[in-house]
Amino acid sequence: MKHPLVKIEGVYKDYQLPKKYLFQKAPVFRALHGITLELNKGTSFGIVGESGCGKSTLARIVMALDKPTSGKVFFDGRDLFNMPARDLRHLRRNFQMVFQDPYGSLNPRKNILGIVAEPLDTLKEKLSFAQKKERVGQILAEVGLNSSDTDKFPHEFSGGQRQRIAIARALITRPALIVADESVSALDVSVQAQVLNLMMDLQEKYNLTYMFISHDLSVVEYVTDQIAVIYMGQIVEQGTTKVLFQNPIHPYTQTLLRAVPDVNPLNRKKKNKDIIPLFEKTKESCPFLDRCTRATKTCVKNAPELLGEEGHLVACFNAD
Amino acid sequence: MVLLQVQDLSVTLQTAHGPQEVISHINFSMNAGEKLGIVGESGCGKSITALALMSLLPPDSKINGKVILEGLDIATLNSREICSIRGNRIGIIFQEPMTALNPVKQIGAQVSESIYLHTKLNQKQALERVIELMDKVGLPVNRFPLNLYPHQLSGGQRQRVMIAMAIACNPDILIADEPTTALDVTVQEQILNLIRDLADSTGMALVMISHDLGVIAQTAENVMVMYTGNVVEMGSTVDVFQNMQHPYTHGLFSAIPHVGSSAQPGKKRLTSIPGQVPELHLRPNGCNFANRCPRASNICREKEPMATRVSDHHQVWCYHPLNREDKK
Repeated sequence: MKHPLVKIEGVYKDYQLPKKYLFQKAPVFRALHGITLELNKGTSFGIVGESGCGKSTLARIVMALDKPTSGKVFFDGRDLFNMPARDLRHLRRNFQMVFQDPYGSLNPRKNILGIVAEPLDTLKEKLSFAQKKERVGQILAEVGLNSSDTDKFPHEFSGGQRQRIAIARALITRPALIVADESVSALDVSVQAQVLNLMMDLQEKYNLTYMFISHDLSVVEYVTDQIAVIYMGQIVEQGTTKVLFQNPIHPYTQTLLRAVPDVNPLNRKKKNKDIIPLFEKTKESCPFLDRCTRATKTCVKNAPELLGEEGHLVACFNAD
Repeated sequence: MVLLQVQDLSVTLQTAHGPQEVISHINFSMNAGEKLGIVGESGCGKSITALALMSLLPPDSKINGKVILEGLDIATLNSREICSIRGNRIGIIFQEPMTALNPVKQIGAQVSESIYLHTKLNQKQALERVIELMDKVGLPVNRFPLNLYPHQLSGGQRQRVMIAMAIACNPDILIADEPTTALDVTVQEQILNLIRDLADSTGMALVMISHDLGVIAQTAENVMVMYTGNVVEMGSTVDVFQNMQHPYTHGLFSAIPHVGSSAQPGKKRLTSIPGQVPELHLRPNGCNFANRCPRASNICREKEPMATRVSDHHQVWCYHPLNREDKK
């Protein structure tokens, strides 16, 4: 039996909202609602959903940047939120993140050496300046930049090159897991293809595991092996990329896939004229109730659980 | 009937590297009710083209060529004359609704602004018109009162307010500059449907600007592919998308992952265009695409290509357009 690299068990995350009245109990926004996932080593896991569905919150929790309200996250069998802070810091070298905006995520006042070597400094690696420079040079060459670029500053690079620098920074600690939060969505299509190819090459070379968060379904389909579709903090459908794209079951997944504009101008989409049955949404109802065309009375009374055969799980009563 | 004619339009902007021509020698014309798509990567000049049509370019920029709206050259008008056209005969929807809307003004007031400016409606009539507009864009006043502020709305709802503002005076031309880039796919679909329906029902001409080939395919009848300030290919959307001639158009298509890629077995690689878009002051002589182009020859580096006709409504600016065999 294969040992998952990351195991997320029943993670809930509540954020406290500001109080409206002084003596009120602070209202709570539930960003994640019982997420359970396993990421296998060397594979790519896609997280798909609309903005505000909790994708980035999940990324922060996997990166141990935020504590879940309840639930556990295991990295290589070790509970991230139940270990001494010192051990966690040592473990951090094994998981790194690449952010969305290559203009915002690189410090403009630091040169590339400083940016890419920063994780080494934080991890208190005892390296001489020359060693550090050599290692940064190596990693820059690997992401397709010049190893002599170490003295340049971020403004001297284009968007795609900056994203390569961000990838180099993530790679320098030789991590096992890279969380890519919308890492290519700010790039132009021709450059996006270059960066995606680079990420896939690096995965093959270092047996990296990716957690790939994106709202762009065609990109996710391209790079991932498995996908979880999240709606309002809950997984509504999960399975291998192939199964999920060929045979989506949950109405939300179907809606998402249908909404991707087709590049063939002869395939003009007909307007969606499905009627959404009107039901009063309660706390117990299915989260997708008010946008679902298949909603019935059962969906109002309780929320469906994530069930299904091996490899393809769906949370819907009316799956057919 | 030709509604808008752009003749030999070039725009020069003042940059840190001195004056630079950001778009050069653009020619196109639009009939009433036509839907034109402009597609290209960032820095290709698609937004500058839109701003030139609206006369919204910075005051120190230089415009050569003509933008003729029903016999009237917009580029030569003074600021008062252009005000009577901008927002009245040409409306525009910007990319980021949160920055395009005024955060301290109620949405009703923002929508009614151009109505007061361009029409002689009194307060009561203007209010009726605003209510009608909000209904049209799917924000009925009983659920979305006019005294809301932009921050109380979601991204898609804000974009609907932008659309209501743009169509308030029944413009002849609606320019949509990346209207859905900041939105989720499902909301994007709704907004695109809305824009398309409005254009169909009112007979407005539509200029849809996007970097997303899918968005263009779904909304435009004719398309203009731009690269570094030049039009590289132009024609009906079906012609250009099905029978592309320019290596850049072909490169763009190969670079996007298509939905359905998981059906093919084996590891896949995207075909990327090598290199990157050259910066303004580093644009090469001859064809701007030459240094990234797999088909480039000596002549491409020396002389800018002229338009070649492929068919009646299909032109390409390339010395070495693709043949049929090259495409697969």
